[in-house]
Amino acid sequence: MKALPDPASNHHHHLIVTRKSEGVWVKILKEVRRDYWLYLMLLPGVLYFLIFRYAPMWGLVIAFQNYMPFLGIAKSEWVGFAHFHALFTSPDFWMLLRNTMILAAYNIFLFFPLPIIIALMLNEVRHEVYKKIVVSLIYVPHFLSWVIVVSFFYFFFSIQNGIVNEILQSLGFQKVHFLDSARWFRPMITLEIIWKETGWGTIIFMAALAGVNPQLYEAARMDGANRWRQLYHITLPSIRSTIIILLILRLGSFLDSGFEQIYLMLNTLNREVGEVFDTYVYTVGILGGQFGFSTAVDMFKSVVGLLLVLITNRLAKKFGEEGIY
Amino acid sequence: MDRNRSWGSKLFDSANYFLLFLMALITVVPFLLNVTGSFEAPEEALRKSFVIFPKTFSLAAYRYIFSTNTIPHSLLVTIFITVAGTAINIALTSLMAFPLANKRLRVRKPVMLMVIFSMLFSGGMIPTYLVVKSLGLLDTFGALLFPGAISAFFLIILKNFFIQLPDELEDSARIDGCNDLQILYRIVIPLSMPAIATLTLFYAVGHWNQFLNALLYINDSSKFPIQVWLRQIVLLSQTGIGDSANNFEGVIPPGKTIQMGVTVVSTVPILLVYPFLQKHFAKGVLLGSVKE
Repeated sequence: MKALPDPASNHHHHLIVTRKSEGVWVKILKEVRRDYWLYLMLLPGVLYFLIFRYAPMWGLVIAFQNYMPFLGIAKSEWVGFAHFHALFTSPDFWMLLRNTMILAAYNIFLFFPLPIIIALMLNEVRHEVYKKIVVSLIYVPHFLSWVIVVSFFYFFFSIQNGIVNEILQSLGFQKVHFLDSARWFRPMITLEIIWKETGWGTIIFMAALAGVNPQLYEAARMDGANRWRQLYHITLPSIRSTIIILLILRLGSFLDSGFEQIYLMLNTLNREVGEVFDTYVYTVGILGGQFGFSTAVDMFKSVVGLLLVLITNRLAKKFGEEGIY
Repeated sequence: MDRNRSWGSKLFDSANYFLLFLMALITVVPFLLNVTGSFEAPEEALRKSFVIFPKTFSLAAYRYIFSTNTIPHSLLVTIFITVAGTAINIALTSLMAFPLANKRLRVRKPVMLMVIFSMLFSGGMIPTYLVVKSLGLLDTFGALLFPGAISAFFLIILKNFFIQLPDELEDSARIDGCNDLQILYRIVIPLSMPAIATLTLFYAVGHWNQFLNALLYINDSSKFPIQVWLRQIVLLSQTGIGDSANNFEGVIPPGKTIQMGVTVVSTVPILLVYPFLQKHFAKGVLLGSVKE
C-alpha cells in the first residue's frame, strides 16, 4: 500500500536525496520518526521471529558443545565437531539415513503421483455436481490431526479387534501384525499419508487445470485429437510447472519424515525400520537429555535440507522453470 | 459435447467414475464406522468383535466419557487454546502483514528476508525447546500459544492480500486523521474478511489438532489438550481415564467403544468447521495466493 505523498514525507525524502553522506541507520531513524505507527505494528511480529525462530538458530551452537542445562550456553564446554564425529561414526546414523530415505522414496514414488492422477481423472468428469461432491469429500482428512488418522488406522488394522484382521480371520486367514511389525511399517505409513493427503494434494492441480483455456481442447478436437492426445498435448503441459514446484518442495524436505505420524506409529517392534532423524532427536534429546548431540543430529538434517532446496531450485531454473523463489 | 463417442471412451468414463466413487468411499468409510462403532451397546460390543451397524443403539460410551473428569476438562482446555491461540495468531499476523505491505517502509525487504529464511531453515526441536524453557513457559499454556504465534506462510498470504487492496481508501482515511493502526482495523481488516476468515479457520484447526507442542512442553496432565488424551486412550490403550468416573451407572462400555467415542468427540469440531473451510476455498483466497 502506497502512502499518500504527504508534505512531511516529501520533505524527508528531499533531505535524503540532498545529503548523501548520511548513513543508512540515520535514514532508518528518520523513517522511524515519520512512520512510528508502522514500526510499532511491526515490532511484535519481529520480536516473535527473533525469539521463536532466530534465537533457536543461534541455539544451534550447542551442537558444538557439551551442553549442560544448568551451565547454559555461556559456560558449557566447547567440543568442536565431536558430536558430528560421533554421529557419523555411529551405526545409528546409517540406520537413520536408510530409514529416512526409504520412507521418502516410498512417499515420492507411491504418494506423489496420486494427486496428479486423481486430478487428471477428475478433469475428465463432465458432471460438475459429481466432481464437486467427490472433491469436497476427498480432502476432508487433510484437516484431521495425525492422532485421529492413526486412531482410525488402529481401528482398522489393530491385531485385536481391528476390522481388517477380523475379516481376514473370518475368511480363514491368519491375522497380520500391520501395526507392530517391521515388515508392515513402511506400507502403513505410506497408506496413512495417501489416505490423509491425496485429496488435498489434488486441489492444487485442479486449480492449475481450471486455468486451461477450453478453446485449446476445442481446437485439438477439430484437428482430430482423441482424449489421450488432448491429455498429452494440452492437460499435462498445463500442470507441468506445478508438478515441478511441488517436486522441488518435496525434495527439499526429503529428510523430514513428519515427526508426529512416525512417533505415533513407532513401537519397540518396528523401531529398527521406523526410527528416523526427527524421532531420534526427540528420543535422544528430550527423553535422553543429550542436548548437544541431538542438536547436532537435527542440524545435520536442517543443513542438508536447506542445501537440497537450493540445489533443486537451481536445477528447476536451469530447465527453464520458475522455481520457488 | 461429442454425442457419438467411441465405446472405448465410454468404457473409460465408466471406469473413471467408478474409481473416483471408490476413492470417495475410502475417505468416508472410516468416519462412518467410527461413529457407528461408538454407538454400540456395551453388551453387543463385548459379544462381537466388530459390527458395521449396531443392532442396539446406545449412548453408553458418551455417557461414560462425559462422566469422567479428564475428557470434559481436556475439551475445555483445547477450546481455550484454540480460541486464545487463534486470537493471538490473527492479531500478530495482521499487525505484521500491514507494515510489510507498505512499500515505502525501508525495513520491509530485510524483514521479509528474515521471514522467508525462517521457512527454509530452523533451529529445530532442541534449541526451540531450550528457548521455551528459558522463557519459563514449560508446563504453561503459553508454550501452546506463543511458539507458533505467526505462520510465515500465512503472513505472506495476508501481506499479498493487503497489497492488492486499493490505496485510495487508505489515503482518504489518513486525510481524516486516522493513524496506521486505525487504518488497519477500521478499513483494511474489514476489507480483507475473506482472507482473515480463511486464516482464522486454518489457525484454529491447527490449534485443535495440536499434539507435538503439548508432547514437548506439557507434563502436567491437567493441561493436556484432547489430542494427547486421544493418543493415551486409543494408541496406548490407557484405561485409567475412568478413575474419576464416579457418577457413572450401568455397564462400563468396553475399551474399544470408549476409544471410538473419544475419537468422535475430537473429530466432530473439525467436521463442524469444514463447511466454512470449504466455502472460503471456493473463493480461492488461499489458492490464489499460493499461485502467486
